[in-house]
Amino acid sequence: MEPRRHVGLYGLMAEFDNSEQLIRASHEARAKGYRKLDAFTPYPIEEVSEALGHHGSKLPLIVLIGGILGALGGFGLQYWVSVIEYPLNVGGRPLNSWIAFIPVTFETTILLASLSAVLGMLALNGLPKPYHPVFNAERFALASRDRYFLCIETADPGFDRQGTESFVKGLDPGGVYEVEN
Amino acid sequence: MSVDDRALPVKPQIIAPGHTSATVSDHIGEIVFRKTPRWWYFGFAVSLALVMLLLMALTKLIVNGTGIWGLNNPVGWGFAIINFVWWIGIGHAGTLISAILLLLRQEWRTSINRFAEAMTLFAVACAGLYPLIHVGRPWLAYWLLPYPNTMGMWPQFRSPLVWDVFAVSTYASVSLLFWYVGLIPDLATLRDRSRSMLKQKIYGILAMGWRGSAAHWHNYETAYLLLAGLATPLVISVHTVVSFDFAVGQIPGWHATIFPPYFVAGAIFAGFAMVLTLTIPLRAIFKLQDFITTRHIENMCKVMLATGLIVAYGYLIEIFMAWYSGHWYEKFMILNRITGPYKYHWWALILCNILAVQALWFRKVRASAIGAFIVAMFVNVGMWLERFVIVVTSLHRDFLPSSWGMYSGTFWDWATFIGSIGLFLALLFLFLRFLPMISIFEMRTILPKTEEKG
Repeated sequence: MEPRRHVGLYGLMAEFDNSEQLIRASHEARAKGYRKLDAFTPYPIEEVSEALGHHGSKLPLIVLIGGILGALGGFGLQYWVSVIEYPLNVGGRPLNSWIAFIPVTFETTILLASLSAVLGMLALNGLPKPYHPVFNAERFALASRDRYFLCIETADPGFDRQGTESFVKGLDPGGVYEVEN
Repeated sequence: MSVDDRALPVKPQIIAPGHTSATVSDHIGEIVFRKTPRWWYFGFAVSLALVMLLLMALTKLIVNGTGIWGLNNPVGWGFAIINFVWWIGIGHAGTLISAILLLLRQEWRTSINRFAEAMTLFAVACAGLYPLIHVGRPWLAYWLLPYPNTMGMWPQFRSPLVWDVFAVSTYASVSLLFWYVGLIPDLATLRDRSRSMLKQKIYGILAMGWRGSAAHWHNYETAYLLLAGLATPLVISVHTVVSFDFAVGQIPGWHATIFPPYFVAGAIFAGFAMVLTLTIPLRAIFKLQDFITTRHIENMCKVMLATGLIVAYGYLIEIFMAWYSGHWYEKFMILNRITGPYKYHWWALILCNILAVQALWFRKVRASAIGAFIVAMFVNVGMWLERFVIVVTSLHRDFLPSSWGMYSGTFWDWATFIGSIGLFLALLFLFLRFLPMISIFEMRTILPKTEEKG
C-alpha cells in the first residue's frame, strides 16, 4: 500500500458477515476511543446504535412542538374566522363554538406533527444527501442487502493509517476497504 | 448482549423457513426488475380502459352537470357519497395494518403492510375524487379551503362537511408520508440492485441518499413509531368525521350516536376484505406464499370476523333504538328499510355482511385461500350495499309523504363508480411494477436470527 497522508481518504471500512460481529466490533471501536465512526446495516439494529453511543433523539421534541403549533394554528384559524373576520349568527349560537372546532383542530395537530416527524427525521439525518463518500467503498451496495459495515473516519483524532488498519483487521472482518473522499 | 439474546419470538409461520436477509432482498427486489410479465400488460390495459371510462364520465359530468346522475329531490346524496364512504373505508385497513398493528407488535403485519398502505393511498385517491365532483362545479372545489379571497368569505367551520375536508386531506397526506418513509430504505435497496443507469438515478433520487447508517436508523425508527402513534388516532378520527356527515344531520336513520364506532368498524371490515381480495391472487401470481403465509390469511379473516360482528351489532342497535326511542319516524325508517321498496338491498346486505362472514368461524374456511377470498368478495359487495342503504333509504322517504321518491343510479353513476375501480387497479398495477410490494427491510428484521448468514 502506498504511503500517504489522509488527503483524499475518508476512512477505513470493515465488512462483517453478521450483526453479532458488527455489534462486537462497534463496542471494541468505542472502547478503543474512536468517536467519528458509523455503522451501516440493512435493517435497524438497536444494539449497534447503542454501542456507537446514539442515545435519545431530538425527534420527539420536534414532533411535540409541531403538534402544539398545529393545534394552536388550527384552533386559531377557526377562532379568527368565526369570531373576528367572518362572524355568522346561526340561530343565536355562540360565535366561539369551540366544541365544533375540535375535529379540525385535531386534524391540523396530527398533520403538523406528522410533517415534523418526517421532515425532522430527514433534517436530523442530513438527508437528502445524494453523494456520500461511503458509497465509494467497494461492496458497500451490499449494506442494503445482507452485509454489515463499520467505518472509522480519518476525521477521528485517534485515526492513524497503520494503527487503525491493524485494529480494524483485528476485528475479524470479512474485508477492509479504503473509503475515498 | 448479542442479537441471539433478543427476545424475538421465532414464529416460523410468518415467514417460511430457510430465508436469509439475502434471499428476502433478492426475492422481493427482483420482482421489480424482472421482465414485465404478460399478464401485467393485460391487467394494466383493462384497468386503463376503465380509467378511460372514468374520464369519459367526468367529462360528461363537467359539460352537463350533476343532472346526468340519478340524484333528485328528495335523494340529493347518491352514488358520489356512497362511493366516497366505500373507498375511504377500504383505505382504513391499510393504516390499521401499518400503524395500529405495529404499535401492538403484531409481527405478521410486516409482509402485508407496504401493500396495504399502497392500497390505502389509492383508495383515498378514489374517495377524494367523489366529493370534488359532487360539488357540481369541480373547478371551484378550492372554495372548500380557508384562504383569503376577494369575496370576503370563509368556510363554515361548524359544518361536518368542512371537517371532512380537513380529515380526508390530512389522512391522504399522512398516509403518503407514512408510506414514503417506509419506502426509503427499500428504495435504497432497489438503487443498489438496479443494473441500468436510469433506474439507479430514479431510485437513487427517491431514496434521498439513504445509506443505512446506525445514526440514521436510530432517528428513523423513532420517526416511524411516532408516525404510527399519530396515524392511529387519525384513522379512527377520519371515519368518525365521515360518520358525522350523516350523524349531525337530523334525518331518521342518520341521527344516531352509534354511527362513529359503527362506521369505523365497518371501515376496517371493508378494508380487510379488500386486502384479502387483492392479496390472495397476488401472492399466487408472484409466488409469495413464503412471505404471505396461511397465517396471514387466517389473521386477516379473524380481524374481519371481529369487525364484522361489531358491524352486526351496529345493525341490531339501529333496529333496537328505532323501537326504544319511541320515535315515529325512526320506527318507520327501519320498517321501510326492511320491508320497503329497497328491502332486497337490505336483505342482501345482511346476507353479505352478517351471514356470509359467519363462515369464518371455521378454521377450514379461514385457512383456505379460496374460502377467504369468497367471503371477502361478499363483504366488498355488502359494504357497498350498506352505504347505499344508509344513504338512500333514509332520504327517499323522510318526514313528508308528499315528498317521497325513489332513487337509482344512471349509466353515468355506474360508469363513474366502475371507472374509479379502474383507477384504483391501474395505480395498483403501477405500484406492483415499480416498487417493492413487501417491505424488504422490515422482513429482514423478523428473520429468525439463527438463519442470519451471508
